Amino acid sequence: MTDSIHIALQDVIFSRSGRRILDGISLEIPRGGVTAIMGPSGTGKTTLLKLIGGQLRPEQGRILVDGQNVPELRKKDLYRMRQRMGMLFQSGALFTDLSVFENVAFPLRVHTALPEDMIRDVVLMKLEAVGLRGASQLMPAELSGGMTRRVALARSIALDPELIMYDEPFAGQDPIAMGVVVKLIRDLNSSMGLTSVLVSHDVPESLSICHFACIVADGKVIGQGTPEELRNHSSERVQQFLTGQPDGPVPFHDPARDAAEELGLTAEDSR
Amino acid sequence: MNVIAVLGRTGLDLLASLGRASQFLGATLVATVAGLMPGGGRFSVGLGLLVRQLYVVGVLSLAIIVVSGLFIGMVLGLQGYTILSDYGSESAIGQMISLTLLRELGPVVTALLFAGRAGSALTAEIGLMKATEQLSSMEMMGVDPLRRVIAPRLWAGFFSMPLLALIFSVVGIWGGMLVSVEWLGVFEGSFWGNMQSSVEFGSDVMNGVIKSIVFGLVCTWIAVYQGYDCVPTSAGISSATTKTVVYASLAVLGLDFILTAVMFGDF
Repeated sequence: MTDSIHIALQDVIFSRSGRRILDGISLEIPRGGVTAIMGPSGTGKTTLLKLIGGQLRPEQGRILVDGQNVPELRKKDLYRMRQRMGMLFQSGALFTDLSVFENVAFPLRVHTALPEDMIRDVVLMKLEAVGLRGASQLMPAELSGGMTRRVALARSIALDPELIMYDEPFAGQDPIAMGVVVKLIRDLNSSMGLTSVLVSHDVPESLSICHFACIVADGKVIGQGTPEELRNHSSERVQQFLTGQPDGPVPFHDPARDAAEELGLTAEDSR
Repeated sequence: MNVIAVLGRTGLDLLASLGRASQFLGATLVATVAGLMPGGGRFSVGLGLLVRQLYVVGVLSLAIIVVSGLFIGMVLGLQGYTILSDYGSESAIGQMISLTLLRELGPVVTALLFAGRAGSALTAEIGLMKATEQLSSMEMMGVDPLRRVIAPRLWAGFFSMPLLALIFSVVGIWGGMLVSVEWLGVFEGSFWGNMQSSVEFGSDVMNGVIKSIVFGLVCTWIAVYQGYDCVPTSAGISSATTKTVVYASLAVLGLDFILTAVMFGDF
């Protein structure tokens, strides 16, 4: 694993309730860029992020973050590694009993011994970066969905991580909120020199900001490269996903018994 | 054959669940100890979290405990007087009320009320934190939810229960005194005198306290485990909350029998 690779997944297998979600997936995520992991719903994109963060353990394979194999880390080392990671959850996952200010201050209070006035300055700077300094005294219940995600983003960058993972950052956002999130991901990545990994099925938004993308389906990577390389990819399956065609290699109909047989129709009925 | 298979499956599921719950309790105890060791975080922060939970779990349960204790004491006074006066022994009513409350009703009813009020609230709170990914986000920030969320709640229940049970018994005795002495005219001197001569600090008061310490640990353990292990959906949280009340109540009643047999049984 070279220094330019921040995360590497090697032959990772993961199953849940007897169903294989990831089937020997291998993937390399370069340092310092935005990498989009795309794919249809239910293909294990969020599972991939949880494996990288050590919240799930694979049945087989290695997950290297900065050269450390995450599943083999002891709890203490795993928690130490997570301090260098940020994760934006789909729901925001703000602590509902704490104000916006206290939510962003939470990791600082737990992991640093900064004096109170410095914590205040850092929190306000992070909130300023996501455009919500004026909302610092609001409670999470008073925020819109887009604002919740921006506060969660401010919280996830509070400790200046080296890596940030976004779980479906565009899902359920109105066009303006989506534009704000796209801008924030791009700006934070360039200004903080982060490695950003975003998991999404919103193709135009993801391809507009990523440097590298891969498409996951059936537990494997079916296509990867720069956005331009993906757009010109020869695989029909990749093209069906990128263009959103309802029928193709992934059929419109799920596999099922013959319709006439299931509906109890005889040859005479059909005449 | 199907019935046997179902019984076997249920038994295995129960055993697996018990194993997971024990592992969870062990991990919480380890997280507590790690938090108290040097480098385990600031002591004042942990103490602050514990005090907050003592307020939520203990102080906010006071109203239901005091009111229930008062009424149960008053009912004991009324029933006790009716029965004892048939034998001309109404002067022993103070002894009857105090022993009933200190040995049995204080710890048991407090635990049942605690499971219904604080236990269900703990399960719902932790379950909702899980469903809204707050526990996951805490983990991803490098903060152990067992130490930050579970341990303060577990210890708050452990410390609150004996105090609540003692308050329940004291208020109950006062309620019984109101009815039997102030209302029904039992001589005040015999009420308190008989109580003083028959109640022993070691075998009555302390055994009641030991019972409530056990109930406190078991009720809170069940409550936090059900919240942490629930299916993170609205139906899952609802089911976990119900399980907390049912399992905690059954555990309290079952354990009460065992503890009573050990403490007071004269075999």
